[in-house]
Amino acid sequence: MQITINGKIEQMDACTIDQLVRRQGLKPEALVVEHNRRIVQQAHWQEIQLREGDSLELLRFVGGG
Amino acid sequence: MSKDVLTIGGKVFTNRLFTGTGKFADNRLIAGMLASSGSQMITVALRRVDLSAGGDNILEYIPKSVTLLPNTSGARTAAEAVRIARIAREAGCGNFIKIEVITDTKYLMPDNYETLHATETLAKEGFVVLPYVLPDLPLAKRLENAGAAAVMPLGAPIGSNRGLETASLIALLVENCQVPVVVDAGIGRPSQAAAAMEMGADAVLVNTAIATAQDPVSMGRAFGMAVEAGRMAYLARLAEMSALARASSPLTGFLNE
Amino acid sequence: MSFFSVIEDYQAFDFDAYFQQVSRSEVARVLAREKLEALDFLTLLSPAATEFLEPMAGKAQQLTVQYFGRTIQLFIPLYIANHCANQCAYCGFNRANAIERRKLTLEEIEAEARAIAATGMRHLLVLTGEAREVTPMAYIEAAIRRLKQCFASISIEMFPMQEAEYRRLKTAGVDGLTLYQEVYDRQIYRKVHLAGPKTDYRFRLEAPERGARAGFRAVNIGALVGLGEKRREVFFTGLHARYLDDRYLATEIGVSLPRFNPAEGDFQPRYPASDREFVQFLLALRLFLPRAGITVSTRERAAFRDRLMHLGATRFSAGSCTGVGGYARPDRRQTPQFEISDTRDVAQVAEAIAAQGYRPVYKDWDLIA
Repeated sequence: MQITINGKIEQMDACTIDQLVRRQGLKPEALVVEHNRRIVQQAHWQEIQLREGDSLELLRFVGGG
Repeated sequence: MSKDVLTIGGKVFTNRLFTGTGKFADNRLIAGMLASSGSQMITVALRRVDLSAGGDNILEYIPKSVTLLPNTSGARTAAEAVRIARIAREAGCGNFIKIEVITDTKYLMPDNYETLHATETLAKEGFVVLPYVLPDLPLAKRLENAGAAAVMPLGAPIGSNRGLETASLIALLVENCQVPVVVDAGIGRPSQAAAAMEMGADAVLVNTAIATAQDPVSMGRAFGMAVEAGRMAYLARLAEMSALARASSPLTGFLNE
Repeated sequence: MSFFSVIEDYQAFDFDAYFQQVSRSEVARVLAREKLEALDFLTLLSPAATEFLEPMAGKAQQLTVQYFGRTIQLFIPLYIANHCANQCAYCGFNRANAIERRKLTLEEIEAEARAIAATGMRHLLVLTGEAREVTPMAYIEAAIRRLKQCFASISIEMFPMQEAEYRRLKTAGVDGLTLYQEVYDRQIYRKVHLAGPKTDYRFRLEAPERGARAGFRAVNIGALVGLGEKRREVFFTGLHARYLDDRYLATEIGVSLPRFNPAEGDFQPRYPASDREFVQFLLALRLFLPRAGITVSTRERAAFRDRLMHLGATRFSAGSCTGVGGYARPDRRQTPQFEISDTRDVAQVAEAIAAQGYRPVYKDWDLIA
């Protein structure tokens, strides 16, 4: 299926948010996930099945003034 | 006298130096800088994860006792700032937010108009809003009425280290604002931070000058001391330099007639 | 938050102890300062500061000229009714007083307006007693609309109102609100306001702020000097002005220094102020509030008022009649609310101002609707 991650179109197999985060090797504790413009708390990552055409934003805190 | 503290959004701060996490050569220096400066509030930014690179978690270097002040850097409109603020809150970093909306890429001046609109929205949603603005008194009053928890006028353009170029305008804010005034941006050396505090600013926010110093930990300490000294001088009431006017003939002599 | 909480903050403050410890050098230090804080102001109101009247006057004059030029703004009061539901121990309109009660008709108001306008006056202060059933909002609005034809600026000095009512009057043409707390000391306030709606201290205290919120261009406050411990009363007047000035940038905050006239009726003020003290209060207010208009009324003697324009006063009433009407038909003048001391007419006051090297201003602005 095809979904948009951080503005880029990516091809991948069907999965949940939780699976995607693991697959990408991201540290969950520092990650903020926005699924179709709605923020998803980490506790709910396992429940959200990604679908064709979904849009995902993966954000984290970085240095800034 | 009661202890001199600064209260913002219900939180009590005993230290008036706010710091930032940008531009450090090594994020491990942040923890040392926080310890040496005594800073109790620090800014962070929110960015898209680079999927190809791993990435450091900046929050690991910030003790839980320090208040996080996520900023909305990158936002060019009020709507974008609002979106970033909501994400930051959902991420569990508390409800403090520094609104920073910059539409001018040449001088990086904050856009007061968009900032006001974002403040109006976010204050209603219960955020503790600290808007970063050009020092404009009528605007500051509007921010205050909109529910801002503080106003953060710039001393000079971001990262310029030029100091209090806007001092006389900031003085008007200090004199007329009911909410705390935090001088943000442009402060390049401890003496400038002290000067801002001497003129009655409630706090200063320093990032670049500390992060890009040869020794950020020592520079953090220097800023912490300068802020404290400036605050103490303000509270101790500086002596004025103005001379007394002398009327050529007595004005109150008639009272003896 | 309202000014009420500031008053409460000072409940436990020991004013006498503060005055005791004020030294000469502390007064000198305060005089050298550019911006005064609350306690600096109190220092200038202290008995110790009475020795510093001349340097205070020098600075007060300099500040006044800097912000106002050598000008004195003139205004004239017009009482349109004297019905009153209140029983204020010191006031001629006290409901217990057996005086003739009158309310001008709109036609009479117009006649008064024409008579006043003929003197050149363009700033009018319209007054009533407090009797909502006799002088309801609709009557006041109608009166303002008539008066607006003849004057550039209309201020009101009436009972305290709700913000919405102030907005109505602003729409009708009022641009200024004068409202004296009379006395900030709550115990004394209770003692001298024996009955009627005015017994509500807090509703009155917060009325100037409601007026500023309603958008009046000018708000003028004051304490009746003599009712309460005078130095404290002037102190709270100044703090109240600073409080409003800090919050309402769109409104010019002014203060008045109404002092009991010794010639006045039966009421004997407990804390009468001498001329010397009066001058100290005026100077301290000027130094604490450099940009504030300060009003001195015809309660003060002509020769005394002429001196005060050099010391910080910026607004004078002139040619005043403090009974209902009285300008169109001077032969029908009624019992005044208070006695006046400066009985000169408008032209004489203007002449005296000019003789002091100042310019009388009949019209400071005009509201363009």
